[in-house]
Amino acid sequence: MKQQPLLAVLGVFLTVMWLLLNDSLSVGQLALGALCAALISFAVARLRPLRARPRRLHLAIGLLFQVGLDIIRSNLAVGRLILSTSHRSPHSAFIQIPLELRDPHGLAILSLIVTATPGTVWSGHDADHNVLTLHVLDLQDEAIWVHTIKQRYERPLMEIFE
Amino acid sequence: MNAASVPLWAALPAALLLVCGGLITLIGALGLLRFDAFYARLHAPTMGTTLGAGCVLLASILVFSALAQRPVLHEVLITVCLLITSPITTMLLMRAALLRRQG
Amino acid sequence: MNAILPWAIDFALLCFTLAMGCALLRLLRGPTAQDRVLAVDTLYFSGMLTVLTLGIDFRSMIYFDIALLMALFGFVSSTAMAKFLLRGEVIEP
Repeated sequence: MKQQPLLAVLGVFLTVMWLLLNDSLSVGQLALGALCAALISFAVARLRPLRARPRRLHLAIGLLFQVGLDIIRSNLAVGRLILSTSHRSPHSAFIQIPLELRDPHGLAILSLIVTATPGTVWSGHDADHNVLTLHVLDLQDEAIWVHTIKQRYERPLMEIFE
Repeated sequence: MNAASVPLWAALPAALLLVCGGLITLIGALGLLRFDAFYARLHAPTMGTTLGAGCVLLASILVFSALAQRPVLHEVLITVCLLITSPITTMLLMRAALLRRQG
Repeated sequence: MNAILPWAIDFALLCFTLAMGCALLRLLRGPTAQDRVLAVDTLYFSGMLTVLTLGIDFRSMIYFDIALLMALFGFVSSTAMAKFLLRGEVIEP
């Protein structure tokens, strides 16, 4: 019974996608989209051995805004780095960040966020020790990065998924 | 070109967004040439796939909504698709580079 | 004043063409295989943005579907190549 809400989330998401793809809000498209979404989400439920249990979805909205803001900010930073006339190459390095987040869905979303932000790329995760390896384009202070990742992204994801 | 003209309230921000999107994508591609290590080069095109694409898609939404006189939102699909797919390619390339360096 | 949108479209198209040129140079020059895959990904992506901008220019919504398909195919092709570099085969038994 616990899986019902998640199936509903997936179904609603697929219906919205269908309506966007067809660019209409007519009753026929709505019915067809809902039918397809219901069939697909039931079929997919059998394929997923592992289920996410997202709670407190209102936190996700704040996280989304934060990520959008950070993407804009780091775009400017990386752009400045590319256009800078000095011919020093940026000091890029790998850093290790110990994580507390264990949920695989949370980790997947964290990896998407980190990689979608210019300037940082997720480059490995040690499942045994739960340590994340991150590649940073222009590393000035390692502690700031660790703090940013943990406070800004890991904390809300832990609250949502655990 | 079609004679239908876009009202000014949509044309002005759309033009601004198109210029921004073009410049950001170009800077990202320049970074692909400028950096000398592969790990650094991997960061550059991410600029285009996030903010560059976002600007162009927003401009497209503005222009078509103004032309059709109703919200035309289907460009959001491309944004969602890009936001989910482009980090996956980047992560796979990073892991491939790490693996090939060791091997 | 209303000529600002066509001007911006031309400017954006020029930018995307230059970006494709940069990616092409990297594709030809790239020292390693993953550089070339990254360049192909950037090429695909700039092509998609070009198609979208042309769609705004011609006021036609058909270009949206082309752009969506280009985004999907670009993802599939570059992921397949990256996976090949990673594992030596694309579809594992």
